[in-house]
Amino acid sequence: MNNFSYTKVSNVQEAISELDGDIRNKIVAGGTNINDLLKYFITKADKLVDINPVSENNSIIRLDNGGIRLGALHTNADTAYDPIIEERYPLLSRAILAGASAQIRNMATNGGNLMQRTRCYYFYDINTPCNKRDPGSGCSAIQGYNRIHAILGQSENCIAVFPSDMCVALAALSATVNIMGPNGERNLAFAEFHRLPGDTPNIDNNLKHGEVITSIDLPRQGFEKNYSYLKLRDRSSYSFALVSVATGFEIENGSIKEARIALGGVAHKPWRNTEAEDFLKDKEPTRENFTAAATILLEGAKGYQQNAFKIELAKRAIIRNCFMALNPESQRPGAKPSL
Amino acid sequence: MTKLPQIGKPISRLEGRLKVTGSAKYAGEYEAEDLLYGYVVNSTITKGKITVIDTTEAKTLEGVIEIFTHENKPSTAWFDFQYADMDAPPGTVFKPLKDNDIKYNGQPIALVVAATFEMARYAATKIKLAYTEEKFETNLQSNLHKARDTKKGLASMLKPPPPKPTGDFEEAYQNSFVQSSGEFKHGTEHHNPMEMFATTVIYEGKDQLKIYDKTQGTINSQMYVANVFGLKMKNVQVIAPFVGGAFGSGLRPQYQLFMAVMASLKLKRNVRVTLDRAQMYTFGHRPPTVQFTKFGAEKNGKVNAIYHKAIGETSQFEDYVEIVVNWANMLYPAENTLLEHQVVPLDVYSPLDMRAPGGSTGMHAIEITMDDLAYKLNIDPLELRLINYSEKDKSSDKEYSSKELRNCYLEGAKKFGWSNRNPEPRSMKRGNKLVGYGMATGIWDANRLLARVQAIMTSDGKVAIKSAVTDIGTGTQTIMTQIAADELGLRLEDITFLYADSKMPFAPIQGGSFTTATVGPAVKAACKALNEKLFRKAKHLKNAVLSEMKFEDVIFSEGFIIVKNNPETKISIAEIFAANGGKEIKTTNTSMPNPLRYGKKARAVHSAVFVEVEVDEELGIIEVKRAVTAVAAGKIINPKTAESQILGGMIWGISKTLHEETITDHNFGKYMNPNLAEYHIPVHADIQDLNVIFVEENDTFVNDLGVKGVGEIGVVGMPPAIANAIFHATGKRINDLPIHFDKLL
Amino acid sequence: MEPKETHAITLNVNDTNYQIQILPWVSLLDVLREELHLTGTKKGCDHGQCGACTVLVDGKRILSCLTLAVMKDGSAITTIEGVADGENLHPIQKAFIEHDAFQCGYCTPGQICSAIGMLKEGKAQTREEVQELMSGNLCRCGANRGIINAIMEVKEGGCHE
Repeated sequence: MNNFSYTKVSNVQEAISELDGDIRNKIVAGGTNINDLLKYFITKADKLVDINPVSENNSIIRLDNGGIRLGALHTNADTAYDPIIEERYPLLSRAILAGASAQIRNMATNGGNLMQRTRCYYFYDINTPCNKRDPGSGCSAIQGYNRIHAILGQSENCIAVFPSDMCVALAALSATVNIMGPNGERNLAFAEFHRLPGDTPNIDNNLKHGEVITSIDLPRQGFEKNYSYLKLRDRSSYSFALVSVATGFEIENGSIKEARIALGGVAHKPWRNTEAEDFLKDKEPTRENFTAAATILLEGAKGYQQNAFKIELAKRAIIRNCFMALNPESQRPGAKPSL
Repeated sequence: MTKLPQIGKPISRLEGRLKVTGSAKYAGEYEAEDLLYGYVVNSTITKGKITVIDTTEAKTLEGVIEIFTHENKPSTAWFDFQYADMDAPPGTVFKPLKDNDIKYNGQPIALVVAATFEMARYAATKIKLAYTEEKFETNLQSNLHKARDTKKGLASMLKPPPPKPTGDFEEAYQNSFVQSSGEFKHGTEHHNPMEMFATTVIYEGKDQLKIYDKTQGTINSQMYVANVFGLKMKNVQVIAPFVGGAFGSGLRPQYQLFMAVMASLKLKRNVRVTLDRAQMYTFGHRPPTVQFTKFGAEKNGKVNAIYHKAIGETSQFEDYVEIVVNWANMLYPAENTLLEHQVVPLDVYSPLDMRAPGGSTGMHAIEITMDDLAYKLNIDPLELRLINYSEKDKSSDKEYSSKELRNCYLEGAKKFGWSNRNPEPRSMKRGNKLVGYGMATGIWDANRLLARVQAIMTSDGKVAIKSAVTDIGTGTQTIMTQIAADELGLRLEDITFLYADSKMPFAPIQGGSFTTATVGPAVKAACKALNEKLFRKAKHLKNAVLSEMKFEDVIFSEGFIIVKNNPETKISIAEIFAANGGKEIKTTNTSMPNPLRYGKKARAVHSAVFVEVEVDEELGIIEVKRAVTAVAAGKIINPKTAESQILGGMIWGISKTLHEETITDHNFGKYMNPNLAEYHIPVHADIQDLNVIFVEENDTFVNDLGVKGVGEIGVVGMPPAIANAIFHATGKRINDLPIHFDKLL
Repeated sequence: MEPKETHAITLNVNDTNYQIQILPWVSLLDVLREELHLTGTKKGCDHGQCGACTVLVDGKRILSCLTLAVMKDGSAITTIEGVADGENLHPIQKAFIEHDAFQCGYCTPGQICSAIGMLKEGKAQTREEVQELMSGNLCRCGANRGIINAIMEVKEGGCHE
């Protein structure tokens, strides 16, 4: 780690003032990602602002519109096991529990989960070119070892993927991210929070320097009857997704009234395409329809030397997860495939 | 009352309490006054020269004591051979900080020594470096044309080259009733013990060092330090009572030892150097290997032609060799064989023995080829092994000292339920999953080397047994205590096994599954010699009840020498000590195989492995649902620790087959996943129903105890058994490891 | 200019209060091992990838390598050294010995602290769930079966506080 100063703050305003809009001042909450990045000298900080004492953001509350507000400082574990979440947003609970390990989920916060950085090998190796870590240095992954990399939304500058599981569910649930900054409060639809790499892969998301995530709102619709999170990876647990899928259905009289499908492990952000969801609307839950939706969702997918298999794998995972969502009781721990 | 015998009992590890309470201390955990911390800096290029290494700024940081580079390295031994350790392959040993030449990516190029670990790590980032880079080659696949035969050296004794061709392979193969051939690949793998390499050097004054090192051989490290730094052997003490896993990585002194000793001697301070996880990928690995097989069989299933060729990676400075192709003809008595092993030198560090080196590589190819033959012959794979069963090692034309492999097959098959297998691929299903049963044979050498052991009895009747051997988690401390207890007729509590200290009697490096067969007989010999001493003293006691007796006429039990035919007649050990003035009685003995006799028989441990996989074909997911390994490894001293060894090996097999792999980016010539997040070893959720059977095997030839060794045999049969089960489930033959999703889609 | 402000913090480790001055970038793991000489907590990767450094902070299992000590000022920390009740081993410790749930022993303290934390969380019911919720603790020796057997025995025996 480089040598930084450290300060604790007890409310959001203090945090904003300590951050002072400077990119070298960083927030630490759970610490599971920032401390890792600091130790590898990938991230450098002048000052760490410890927001753990900010109690106003550390809870789950019911909203008047029937939705739920997840405090940014609430831990991933407490969120996943919260009775309201388990009952009304089991898809979110499942996705969180598919990520990392129990210890990390006990530390990691909801806000921090959104701020995770990629696990791209080259991003993590400070001695190789990487546009995300060192803008303008080039992307080593495109011509390198890219088995874990993106098949959707890449640019010629970056093919890294966003590693979160929780955020795949939040994307599917159409959450909203509440943000406080020097100029007051604002919010972003979840789909607007994370970015595609484009020409500036060093910028992961649309949170500005000096801003703080205060909470995440879930709308009333939680797809608690028909949901599934499926995560495919090189071992059964404690590893990042090669492909993951969050699926929620509202089913009425045997046909799909509303569908949500989001993909993880395939792009620089959780991948959603409402065309695929609209396609399923008012259709029967059949393999044929699921396959057609998968095809729409994967439109434009592009593979590289080692990751082309992800296109077919993602397609099959989408279809399987649609079936698993029809029968959520069959789901296994760690979001392993069932049925 | 008497508790004999201890051998064969599932005793819980004697050091268990220390390990579950966190009191067991590992190399990097010893406290020392004003301890300095060393942090190693590694090359970021793969090949070339350091042109600038500027430590000026780093040295100004508060707390930084010294920075060692090739420019200011204290002088060390001149000759190459002085750097050679007990496990050095033929070639020139790598010497840290020797000059500005970069031979591989991650090569250690500097050591920062500071008052705290954090400061050393930080200062390391402030060293300014410039290189000139040269073209490098790290890709085995694209350099296969450079394959050449290996140099011979001392290491060839334990790792013999392939046997000479026999018969006429080509003709026999062409004329075979069925033929099977295959190409097999696996990539680089790293040992990744949970404990990272560390050395704590206590500077005890004038060139006298006490060194806590992570090693599989205390005397190996001691010799290395003494030779390289020109110290007297007696001034170098290496201690390693707890080793947090090694799996071969501690068979050679690693560079943190060199660095810590260098700094300690120069600064005359206590120094600790601990590597980080990424640095664990900068020395030694299982080499990527390509293999080719061609087996031919007659209509009755008899294998009559075996071709097996392996091409492995090595470094530019040493010829690392492992036994890959020798196994097939040890198992299957074909008359026509052609076995070849070659290496391709690349710009990497030298490969290093990693659990079941060579065996786990070669048996993968051999046993998949056998499976394929079985399908082509329409013979059950187990039946095919029995048809080709041999009591003899055909390759050396020697009888086996013992070989209960047949019972491994039969007992393993029964326990597993092999008879429930429908031979047709893709015929067995569970829900939407395909189910496959696969089996394979395992084999590993049963070797024995020289060891010395001291036994000391004190007047309280308690005995200390001393050996320099380590216990890397194998249960060595426990089983040596069991062996001593039985030989001395004492309870376990009366024995203390003192070990892992280079000041103790000689033991070789702990590897190759030969520790119990090497140190065990030495413990037995020393205990027997101690009994003989006691007996001689007893004969000279005043009451002289034993004066007419021979040693064979008595037994030793619970502190008494008892006449066999007349148990009422006995002498207490206390009496002997009283007459001896209370002085301790001790003996040091050497034990080794009889060189005239030992080579006359083939010696091996065997296993039969049965695996059930479930394959989710749509998603490519493979789960090992069950596995049974039946092992014939001679006498099992402790079924509990031995079972753990086999289970551990089986899990290594699962890992090798389905998970682990070091990824190399050949554009950079470096490993890209040097961490435990992206180098996947199995987690608890990956491990399902595993069972071990020890098949009764009496062997009076291998050593006095009849023990063989169980460290590697658990691994070797698993990869082919899993691959064969995947074939049975899916009809797909996948010969490259690891088998990930993409290979099944 | 290199900032080097130290912070005065209090850590309650295994029921003992320690007042220490530390630099902000020192991990809880390094404080435990190097300052307090509680080396039972292990460093297997230093990056949150192995679980060897698992300790209980205010009763919850966390990774001490990814925690800055300064962030835990005032917290109650239980390490492997504080798991037993004096000479009496914790049931999980006893079960680990009985089931040979370790070989080299290096991952063991983390496995045990994690198991205690997991049982306290009370979320795992089946063996498969226990395996999943213990998957943050790697074991390279392959003692996985013994570890899970030991935990299941204690869990089913219900004697785990």
